[in-house]
Amino acid sequence: MARVGVFVCWCGSNIARTVDVQRVAEAARRIPGVVFSTDYKYMCSEPGQTMVRDAIREHRLDRVVVASCSPRLHEPTFQRCIAEAGLNPYLVEMANIREHCSWVHQDREAATEKAIDLVRMAVAKARRDFPLFRNEIPITKRALVIGGGVAGIQAALDIADAGYPVTLVERTPSIGGRMAQYDKTFPTLDCAACILTPKMVDCASHPNITILTYAEVEEVSGFVGNFTVRIRRRARGVDMEKCTGCGVCYSKCPVKVPNEFEEGMGERRAIYVPFPQAVPNVPVIDRQHCRLNNGLKCGVCQKLCPTGAIAYDQEDEVITGQFGAIVVATGFKMWDHSQIGEYGYGGIPDVISGLQFERLMNASGPTEGKIVRPSDHRPPKTVVFVACVGSRSENHGHEYCSKVCCMYTAKHALLLKEKYPDTQAYVFYMDIRANGKGYEEFVRRTIEEYGAHYIRGRVSRIYRHGDRVVVKGADTLLGRPVEIDADLVVLATAMEPQDDAKELARRLGISTDQHNWFSEAHPKLKPVEVLSSGIYLAGACQYPKDIPDTVAQASGAASKVAGLFSKPHLLSEPMIASVREEDCVACGQCVRVCPFSAIELVDVNGKNGASRRAARVNEGLCHGCGTCVAGCRGSCIDLRGFTNAQVLSEIDALALA
Amino acid sequence: MDGERVYAYYPGCSLHATAKEYDLSARAVCSALGVELREVPDWNCCGASSAHARDHLLGVALAARNLALVEEMGMREVAVPCAACYNRLAVAGRELQDDGSLAAEVREMLGRPLEGSAKARALLDVVVRDVGAERIRDAVKRPLEGLKVACYYGCLLVRPPRALGTEERVEDPQSLDELVRALGGEPVEWPHKTECCGAGLSLARTDVVRTLSANILKMARDCGAGCVVCACPLCMTNLDMRQAESLKAAGEDFSMPVLYFTELMGLAMGLPGAGRWLKMHFVDASAVTCREGAAARQEEPC
Amino acid sequence: MGDAISAQSAPSSGEVRIGGRPAEPGFARQVEALSGQKLSACYQCGECTAGCPVAFAMDLMPNQVTRVALAGMSGEVLGSRSIWLCVGCNTCVTRCPRLVDLPRVMDSLRQIAARRGIRCPEPAVRAFHDTFLQGLERGGRLHELALVAAFKLRTGRLLQDVPAGAAMMAKGKLAVLPGTVKGREEVRRLFEECRRRPAEDDGHGR
Repeated sequence: MARVGVFVCWCGSNIARTVDVQRVAEAARRIPGVVFSTDYKYMCSEPGQTMVRDAIREHRLDRVVVASCSPRLHEPTFQRCIAEAGLNPYLVEMANIREHCSWVHQDREAATEKAIDLVRMAVAKARRDFPLFRNEIPITKRALVIGGGVAGIQAALDIADAGYPVTLVERTPSIGGRMAQYDKTFPTLDCAACILTPKMVDCASHPNITILTYAEVEEVSGFVGNFTVRIRRRARGVDMEKCTGCGVCYSKCPVKVPNEFEEGMGERRAIYVPFPQAVPNVPVIDRQHCRLNNGLKCGVCQKLCPTGAIAYDQEDEVITGQFGAIVVATGFKMWDHSQIGEYGYGGIPDVISGLQFERLMNASGPTEGKIVRPSDHRPPKTVVFVACVGSRSENHGHEYCSKVCCMYTAKHALLLKEKYPDTQAYVFYMDIRANGKGYEEFVRRTIEEYGAHYIRGRVSRIYRHGDRVVVKGADTLLGRPVEIDADLVVLATAMEPQDDAKELARRLGISTDQHNWFSEAHPKLKPVEVLSSGIYLAGACQYPKDIPDTVAQASGAASKVAGLFSKPHLLSEPMIASVREEDCVACGQCVRVCPFSAIELVDVNGKNGASRRAARVNEGLCHGCGTCVAGCRGSCIDLRGFTNAQVLSEIDALALA
Repeated sequence: MDGERVYAYYPGCSLHATAKEYDLSARAVCSALGVELREVPDWNCCGASSAHARDHLLGVALAARNLALVEEMGMREVAVPCAACYNRLAVAGRELQDDGSLAAEVREMLGRPLEGSAKARALLDVVVRDVGAERIRDAVKRPLEGLKVACYYGCLLVRPPRALGTEERVEDPQSLDELVRALGGEPVEWPHKTECCGAGLSLARTDVVRTLSANILKMARDCGAGCVVCACPLCMTNLDMRQAESLKAAGEDFSMPVLYFTELMGLAMGLPGAGRWLKMHFVDASAVTCREGAAARQEEPC
Repeated sequence: MGDAISAQSAPSSGEVRIGGRPAEPGFARQVEALSGQKLSACYQCGECTAGCPVAFAMDLMPNQVTRVALAGMSGEVLGSRSIWLCVGCNTCVTRCPRLVDLPRVMDSLRQIAARRGIRCPEPAVRAFHDTFLQGLERGGRLHELALVAAFKLRTGRLLQDVPAGAAMMAKGKLAVLPGTVKGREEVRRLFEECRRRPAEDDGHGR
């Protein structure tokens, strides 16, 4: 006969304002099975928990019901609490009289009656609780980092330094990501490549890090501690063992195509490295544009290669690896400004994006660091920077703020004026979001020391007239429209997730928001985790952010991984489905309906030694959703902690009250 | 694409008076292309900008009466040559579709059934999208031989894009340009395709209209155009009737013929009477007629 | 509990004085109800002002119209030229990042100004609209010659466009007699119905 203790919480005034908690505790005393009932202001607090433990000992309670907030908040708290008092932690039930009662009702009488009913149901369920135990699950102590930008690089380095092996997978031919494209970084104006390349080299030389470039994650299965990942390493067409990085091949390749790294402002060859400091410094053959690959005569690179490293027939390599944790660091892209009609549908050559301007400024960029107009290569005398292009706009599909544009626009204006003091720089802005360390001071310098003209207002239209570009904006502080005849216009375009972010999320089994940014588990308290255990987020793939935040988040993700790997094993979640194999007829319905592919049909020993099949649940994969329980025709699969009998007893308790 | 196409036809107040040549040319061109236009019997003024400035419900109701009349004709689409009338009928139609209580109220006021099945179409859209460039090209007898044309769409053919449900690129529409190409002309690239001419301020603040019209005409000239083509009687009035005073006030001395797109089509298709339409303009448009194909030079004088 | 909470609310009247003059409480709500637009959605970016073709002639810039209305400065916005100079070209609403229908707001302000009998600083524009609608109410269609004549009488601009008018007539572009509309009775009824119905700003906001 169960001995149930009921503990009703006031939750300050959160519950007590609407529910007469003392009456609930009083009524609970009369519920069959209850031998002790009390109320207290804050059950989850230290004195509250002490009260629970003392009551367990004093009244020899063997089941506990806590009537308070949602189990999502404090179920683990009370499980730990009763475990400390010697009970199996799965013998506590929570009656949610806050989110399900006091927070949604106003009628005190009715709410109190409802709370009593909820407690009654919880007691009925608790009486049928039985002890549950967690199993040990092994952890593969090897991490996978998807994305080789600064986020992925930082995460990989931190995990590797903690002593664990890491595989870093990068889709482009080199690690480095967006940061490698930048010229200088705000607010210190450090050269991006100068501070990044040492980290890139550290990655390459770290004994714990394996870098796979020109590679993509194709399929992910498994669960925390035990992921199986299939990675496709695309054929470079170059033997990495033989290549010395001398560069002869790409200096002589006859094919020229627009260079993605230069954001289309410059060219590369069909065999190329994306930038001079590439890691690995091994070129890649772009088979789509390679003459030989398209059936035309060539072979120049092979003829010239001093080490015979060119391997035209190289094939993709598919690698399947086991990993215990995955860090997603796939970064972002810039919104394509050909979508904005009022700025020319991308057809005005002298209207470029912020990232394109970054490439112009960069000394190893397409113009060797000289700012010139793309149309006629003349240096501009008047440059207009337009902030918030596509961001903060329902009209253009991004209501959010892209966070970094105010700062990089100020940086662009400052660097422009530094290089060309006689050039006029105008910045059309709506607000200045300079909330990082040193950021506000940086913007003030741009305006006061370097003389950039900041005009508060958006730009309605940009068009070409002759060889100049007319910018029609407004100065709302002056209360006038403002038109500027410019030579070059730089648009601070919105940041967006990568085009295939949603597809990657599907492969990983994680969720995205309406814009396809990856969803964190909790925006305030769990910014580097996702709802699925074992997968972590780092960098702008979660939401626009600057480099300091990216690096911090990457280290945060790495520490989670290191924390996971520091455990000897994982403990499985015991509230999962289990099959009564003796009753199962192996119809396969549960296998079909399980969303996590956690059930399979296995051979079991039948009566008299005969062999038969039955369903069996993989304890590591099962999430305890209960779909199989609903689908089983023979009622021979049940959910521990939420058995059919328990649920029916709750309904009976409510109906017969 | 074969067979006759039939549309209800809503000329609007101007086409019976100050924009007579638009009406004449539209009917002639449609007839020649096998498009039958049936004028909506007893149509009323759409209310233009004055009605909705006075009372929103009035603006919708005036437009809605015409849509109800189109439904009564048993027709589904009404071709509207004037851009402003088209905008009123289309936007009102959209509002009636989106707001059930508004539709009920208007139905009650009209005392007529109004299902919402009639759809307003700009005549330009009917010609370019329904008839199509192919058929138009086939009907051209006197190609415009590289005549440089500034295609002026004005405000109300494409804005507001969501309410009109337009397929056009709102900031750089292409239908007039396609049409001009089909006629053998060369549409110029210019940035003032949809800049406002000053519209209804024509009488009350002519000074504003002069400034705006001059800007449009100057840009057309700067971009190499030999003429401007448009699809709205008010744009025509501002750019044609008021051209001399506008350019004078801007200190400019040039003249730029302005035509309705249907007139340009009539010229290229060699329709009789095309020259007569142009004589109704204020700005001499004879330079355009002289550009027609040399081989086809017939009785039409320069 | 601690100190008892008084049943009476705090004594301040909450009056807002802008430039020394009291704002009109409830004005913003009236405009929002009539126009169906949320004035607070406007974050004053100025894109409307930047693209407005007639901004150069306005006293209040388009974005200022929204701000002034939101602030309850009814006198200033209802007495401005701007609301009458707006030509309804729809450039602003097409490009507005917050999707605020400013032309609707302008219409609503015109309607409220007319209803309150506010003196219009652009009398010729008012006269045009009034003449237009008067002719329309009477005849069901616009008779341009009559419109121009009545407009001239109303505004006293007798000599405006006389050469143009003569030229129009010579070219056969001004019909001397109006066309008849059998349904002009229906049209007149529409005008009457609209006058009869309650003002939309009692919460219906279409």
